[in-house]
Amino acid sequence: MGRKTSAFNVVSVALGLAFLYLPIVILVIYSFNGSRLVTVWGGWSLTWYRALLSDRAMIDAAWASLRIAALSASAATVLGTCAAIALTRMGRFRGRLLFSGMVYAPLVMPEVITGLSVLLLFVALDVDRGFWTISIAHTTLTLCFVTVIVQSRLISFDRSLEEAAMDLGCPPLKTFLTITLPLIAPAIAAGWMLAFSLSLDDLVIASFTTGPGATTLPIRIYSEVRLGVKPEINAVCTIMIAIVALGTVASSLLAKRGAMRRERAALSAQM
Amino acid sequence: MADAATQGQTAGDTPLLRFEGIGKRFGPVVAVEAFTLDIGQGEFFALLGPSGCGKTTLLRMLAGFETPSEGRILLDGDDIVAVPPHRRPVNMMFQSYALFPHLSVAGNIAFGLRQEKAGKAEIAERVTEMLALVRMPDFGRRRVDQLSGGQRQRVALARALIKRPRVLLLDEPMAALDKKLRAETQFELMELQRKLGTTFVIVTHDQDEAMIVADRIAVMEHGRLAQVAAPSEIYERPNSRWVADFIGEVTLIEGMLADGAIETGLGRFRAAIPSGGKKRDTAWLALRPEKLRIDAQRPTGGELNAVAGTVFEIGYRGDMSIYKVRLADRSLMKVALANTSARGQASFGIDDLVWLSWPPEAGWVLTR
Ligand SMILES: Nc1ncnc2c1ncn2[C@@H]1O[C@H](COP(=O)(O)OP(=O)(O)O)[C@@H](O)[C@H]1O
Ligand SMILES: [Mg+2]
Repeated sequence: MGRKTSAFNVVSVALGLAFLYLPIVILVIYSFNGSRLVTVWGGWSLTWYRALLSDRAMIDAAWASLRIAALSASAATVLGTCAAIALTRMGRFRGRLLFSGMVYAPLVMPEVITGLSVLLLFVALDVDRGFWTISIAHTTLTLCFVTVIVQSRLISFDRSLEEAAMDLGCPPLKTFLTITLPLIAPAIAAGWMLAFSLSLDDLVIASFTTGPGATTLPIRIYSEVRLGVKPEINAVCTIMIAIVALGTVASSLLAKRGAMRRERAALSAQM
Repeated sequence: MADAATQGQTAGDTPLLRFEGIGKRFGPVVAVEAFTLDIGQGEFFALLGPSGCGKTTLLRMLAGFETPSEGRILLDGDDIVAVPPHRRPVNMMFQSYALFPHLSVAGNIAFGLRQEKAGKAEIAERVTEMLALVRMPDFGRRRVDQLSGGQRQRVALARALIKRPRVLLLDEPMAALDKKLRAETQFELMELQRKLGTTFVIVTHDQDEAMIVADRIAVMEHGRLAQVAAPSEIYERPNSRWVADFIGEVTLIEGMLADGAIETGLGRFRAAIPSGGKKRDTAWLALRPEKLRIDAQRPTGGELNAVAGTVFEIGYRGDMSIYKVRLADRSLMKVALANTSARGQASFGIDDLVWLSWPPEAGWVLTR
């Protein structure tokens, strides 16, 4: 019954993983490099992390990036989930095709174009560019990813669950909150995580929509790297990787804990 | 269609439930048409018909998930068409069971009461009571995905019954169970219905199931009501060839009405003629396989109808064998013979010459 692990499978998995993770592993290892030269191994050390702590500009940029990512991911999750519900639940309303096309367009739109068009909008509206404009632009960018993830979950969602809840006396809105939402929550969380990561790592759109006093981490890193790769950059990137990884693990753990809590609540009814 | 005759035994003065000229279209598809039916308090009622005939649509209109294109649905005399599903005093057991995967068994069963803002103690008590009722007292803490198909079915039943609905709707409740479990569940369901006295409306495409569980059956054909009556009435006195053929095995012989008989290509057979029937009208004699005798010689007996043929095929079923006998006009007639060798019944082989006979009251004449 057990699946055979042929040499071919092992090799292809190893190659795939290496392709994905080797550059990252090298970056992480070099962030602990004691040497000032990026290409020379000088023993393990935390020098560059310590240097980072006193790099005010870098810390500010990281903080700005995190705030923008959290804000835009949250906004994109709310709007993207609403769009997904409208697309799956409202049937064939007039302009549905146009609406779905418009929601999905940023998915394939070159970022340069998205960035430029958003910039033109902000210029036309004469708003000061900075934290808020980047957040709005990132919401535009990430919304469609949330919609895709949530919509695919909603399509496979068994509508009879909602009907059963209503049949048992649960009004429609409460049905959505107590039945639909908990069941699609993992998809929504996954959408948020993806939006957060996309925002955190975006350089193109942020460059177009940024203004004085709002430098995100990728912008900062990019401008520093142009003057030569400093080991400090490796340290920053390692921290970013750690945050994204932690976020992913945390969201899956949260989803699991939520399920357990719901179960315990149901148990108390029985006792 | 909707007169007392098609309705079978009428159900009390004010019916609990009344469909009045219900029609439902999905775009060009007519799912239900001119459907009128009364269901009485405490009945175990079955909607029976081939798949796609509109049974589920009818049930969903009763639960409030579909709005009729025309007609009224009365519950205790009040039109409920405009009442949303969550305010209707009927509960439904879904074909897929639709158990909430994020709730435990107890959480699922308690769901309906929670919506009524019932007290914690009352909920706990009623959940325990329902678990006992479906004979799963120790399963409250289980997760839904840890249950077998039969157990899920019981949980779905308990969840639908906890609010003590005026009518319990069951959509193909046993379709997902294996044959043995289905038979057990059918009897449990009947016992439960007797104990609670709740009106059950079950939807099924399985005629055996409908005959076993239901007090009355409505047979549906293409969204229309074909016949409503007690199971024995539908089996013994179907009102059309379609119903006769849909319910159980039957041989239909075409002929013309005559005086106390029907003239067919195989001869003149004595039978009771339907009251409205005129002489020379086209009619069909319906014969159930188990009502026929099979003998090697022409049986004697003045009233008996008899016809000769040769055995064409024998289907052995364990408890009985179905003989297909080829008659003079090359048509086949089905005869069931119980395999009770103790009774000394003769058995026959392929190509044996046999006589089939039946008393006049064993045949049933249909005019459509
Ligand atoms: N939501 C719907 N949209 C379009 N057609 C439907 C819908 N529901 C049912 N139908 C059609 O109505 C007819 C009756 O369906 P249904 O009530 O499910 O039959 P049954 O339960 O007897 O098998 C079928 O032809 C089916 O295709
Ligand atoms: Mg159905």
